[in-house]
Amino acid sequence: MSAMMNEKGALADKGAIRIEDVVKIYDPDGAAVIAVDHCNLDVPAGEICMIVGPSGCGKTTLLNAIAGFHDITSGAIYLDDELLCGPGKPKAEPGSDRVVVFQNGALFPWKTNLENVAFGPLMKGEMSKADIYDKARKMMADAGLDGTENNYPGEISSGLRRRVEIVRALMNEPKVLLFDEPYRALDSLTKSVMHEALLEIYYKNKVTIFFITHDLEEAIFLGHRLVIMTSRPCKPKKIVEVDIPHPRDYSVLTSPRFKEIMAETKGLVIEEAKKAFEAGEKEG
Amino acid sequence: MEKLETTAWSMAMYRVSMWLKSPKPYLMVIGFGFVLSFWYLSVEIFKLPRFESMPGLTEVWTEYWSKDPYYGLSVYTPEYYKHIGISLRRIAYAFLLATVLGVPLGLFLGWSKKFREYIFPLFEIFRPIPILAWVPLAIIMFSGSETPVIFLTFLASFFATTLNTMLGVDSIDEEYTRAAYCLGASDWQTFRQVIIPGSMPYIFTGLQISIGVAWFSLVAGEMVSGQYGLGYVINTAYTMVTYPTIIIGMITLGVIGYITSAMVRMVGDYMMQWRVRELALGAN
Repeated sequence: MSAMMNEKGALADKGAIRIEDVVKIYDPDGAAVIAVDHCNLDVPAGEICMIVGPSGCGKTTLLNAIAGFHDITSGAIYLDDELLCGPGKPKAEPGSDRVVVFQNGALFPWKTNLENVAFGPLMKGEMSKADIYDKARKMMADAGLDGTENNYPGEISSGLRRRVEIVRALMNEPKVLLFDEPYRALDSLTKSVMHEALLEIYYKNKVTIFFITHDLEEAIFLGHRLVIMTSRPCKPKKIVEVDIPHPRDYSVLTSPRFKEIMAETKGLVIEEAKKAFEAGEKEG
Repeated sequence: MEKLETTAWSMAMYRVSMWLKSPKPYLMVIGFGFVLSFWYLSVEIFKLPRFESMPGLTEVWTEYWSKDPYYGLSVYTPEYYKHIGISLRRIAYAFLLATVLGVPLGLFLGWSKKFREYIFPLFEIFRPIPILAWVPLAIIMFSGSETPVIFLTFLASFFATTLNTMLGVDSIDEEYTRAAYCLGASDWQTFRQVIIPGSMPYIFTGLQISIGVAWFSLVAGEMVSGQYGLGYVINTAYTMVTYPTIIIGMITLGVIGYITSAMVRMVGDYMMQWRVRELALGAN
């Protein structure tokens, strides 16, 4: 597998996800809809794995199964060889080893940014309150969020909110961060800023990233690998290694290699998007 | 990001100062002036048919502020405050009881689908029964004149509070509960940290409605069964043909009803700082 190096050394050694023959059939009113069809995928520990596919292709279903929000019909999902869900256990338990960063942002608007960041450890109660808040302040400062601790999420920009949400996830020292198209609603300039900030956070924290997107540029810029998904039912159509070395910055976007990979993959993604369009699939 | 110290009080002062700077107060004066002059002209000057037997503006005014009121009730008579006090006490009992029972019931109705299956159909049958239809049963069920009135007042408030609280729980975006779970919160912690604060805006909308309908049903109750209170004042004034007292009772209800609503809103602002700040930012 891609053994690319982080700024500070090796990739995380935890957080490998193995998806084995996963099938998910929704059954609304007896009309079975196959969302995920015999999907197999290995995400090595410490990698940024970008799942690319048209809207509504079933990639979020896969993420929800890993996170434990939905059950699967058959197959199995493992995290570091531990069964999350599979035979006899159709639904995984949600847990702070796999934290989701949500599409619309899910910071609690009734808690200050600091309280949001401290939320996970406070719920688990394994550390003293003072230690938790110290750690939260420090992590926020590291992510350039000092000064916003006592603000409510509604008072800061949407870009900063996304950053707070990632820090809130990292507070739990998760093995995996699951991103569900978190930058979907942002304009392309803000997006670029967010991408660099995300990479910076990734270089500082050893974590595996499972990132869902329909934005190919975002996928190539961030990912070690692209997993291009077929339109519903969803399964990997092609896996592409992005052999642009990390750490990366925005200059990657104009590099020849970036353009080559773009050229190589764009057709595949558009093909699937067309299929999805013709099938009249809904957003989601 | 400048830190806004927003207490309910300073928020109220801010509202007042903004209000004074806007054209609203002057429009308000014009509105009042219009209604009062219509009253004055139609009753006392033009003596329109059916209007001539109504108490006139000057008559009510002099009665209201008379140290020796002709019909027995003015701002200088202790009786006046006794009626207000007793109505307020009934409102307080009924409103507090409705809040203490209605909010938890609404939260559980929203939280547990199973609980809702049991209770909600029952609730939906009882809710449309007008409060006036409860009057005979209330008098049969409860002894004395005090408890039936409080019961009727409570009932209307209770339905408003419960229903709005339940809608509040329904309104919470699923991403918030999911986020709580994947940050390691238990069911109970999610209920405390997400469900309760998340439904707060709806709960306070419910309480605003609740205090309004409380006055409504209080007066209905006092007219039928009661020996004191503003509803009793109005009803007795009618049967005793002391018409100006009717108007005094009505104006008092309007003013006190407005004050109690404003108090509920202030408590809401105090408990939902996050919302106040968001709205304050939105207004800028």
